[in-house]
Amino acid sequence: MWPQQFDYQRADSVESALAAIGDNGKFLAGGHSLLPAMKLRLSTPDQLVDISRIDALRGISSNGNLSIGGAATHAEIAASAAVGAACPALAQACGMVGDQAVRNFGTLGGNIAHADPASDPPTALVACGATIHIQGADGSRSVGAQDFFVDLFETDLQDGELITSISLPDCSDCQCAYVKLPHPASRYAIVGVAVCLKMNGGTCAQADVAVGGATVKAVKCAGAAAALVGSSLDDAALAAAAAALSDDIGDWLTGDVAYPEAYRSAMAGVFLKRAISAASS
Amino acid sequence: MNVSMTINGEAVSREVEARTLLVHFIREDLDLTGTKIGCDTSQCGACTIHVNGKIAKACTLLAAQADGADITTIEGLAENGEHHPMQTAFWENHGLQCGYCTPGMIMASAAFVRDNPGASEDEIRHYLEGNICRCTGYHNIVKAVKQVADAAAGGA
Repeated sequence: MWPQQFDYQRADSVESALAAIGDNGKFLAGGHSLLPAMKLRLSTPDQLVDISRIDALRGISSNGNLSIGGAATHAEIAASAAVGAACPALAQACGMVGDQAVRNFGTLGGNIAHADPASDPPTALVACGATIHIQGADGSRSVGAQDFFVDLFETDLQDGELITSISLPDCSDCQCAYVKLPHPASRYAIVGVAVCLKMNGGTCAQADVAVGGATVKAVKCAGAAAALVGSSLDDAALAAAAAALSDDIGDWLTGDVAYPEAYRSAMAGVFLKRAISAASS
Repeated sequence: MNVSMTINGEAVSREVEARTLLVHFIREDLDLTGTKIGCDTSQCGACTIHVNGKIAKACTLLAAQADGADITTIEGLAENGEHHPMQTAFWENHGLQCGYCTPGMIMASAAFVRDNPGASEDEIRHYLEGNICRCTGYHNIVKAVKQVADAAAGGA
């Protein structure tokens, strides 16, 4: 399948990319979300501005906060010692995207701009309190991951804006994990759950929980988190958190004939427990 | 637009439409038809090639994205008239049935064993999750890859 015709330009800086982008243009990083959409005519830009070779968008740095360039690939993030140390959940999620060939080219910025609800990284970013840094013709701004994901394939990103980096708070005293129930054919998440826990002795002092796959977007789950805080993550607390989780995601649930909403909701509770177990181990 | 790259050690340069996919460029502009188009949606891996040493699905890249890259396709894997060890192992273990997925399987496996000599069967199966054999002939494919992985570990 050939995409519709378009003009192609390669930018060598963020500034030149922003200057080049037109009204119906799209930024191209790895193209592993955009090109499939273009082949299906779900996306029909008349211009692509290739940002994949802009060095400023490619780095991963860890200096207190973890900062990941928008055009860093999933493979780079999954293999990064800095990400593995600071935010294992994100490294795990990026390592579960597609397959190795896809991860070699697909980028975190492209992934979240596309905002596929069944993709893995958004769930980890929401649970771990990521901030999305965006630049446009009128300047730069930052949005919390929780507010960045608006609805099905819908984000806060406006036309002509570029995701320059994604940052994560210092989490050296947290324990986080991302686990998923993969679709047996596509490996997309039927349910994906990320947790970020701060333990004080045997007591959970802080918890963040997010769910994707089962929902139309990555959803932050305050009820489940509240049920964990103050507990020793004992069976009663896990059961209460799983029950609260189904309320947290109730308004956002999605399903299909093979994996209906009720099944995904039940599995979200199961995978919450697995995520907590993975984070604690 | 003009795209230039190195394919199997040879410099090539062509005028193409910007929308030309790398797999079409390889198959139709360069007549290297060993690289296959299966699903055309980056799931099946029949179009797997090496771009700067990393495996890539050529149906989901533009030729323009590979401008300046060093590309290897199945036609470039043999050296000096000798099969690559992965090609030999697929031959010896009959790691194919219809053969359509074979070029992609071999390209992915060759990159994997280069980076992971001594890989386990589980690791091989996990790595090849992006390469689908519609004949379901996975056992002999994995056997072939394991043979090369074991040999690579023994020689290291």
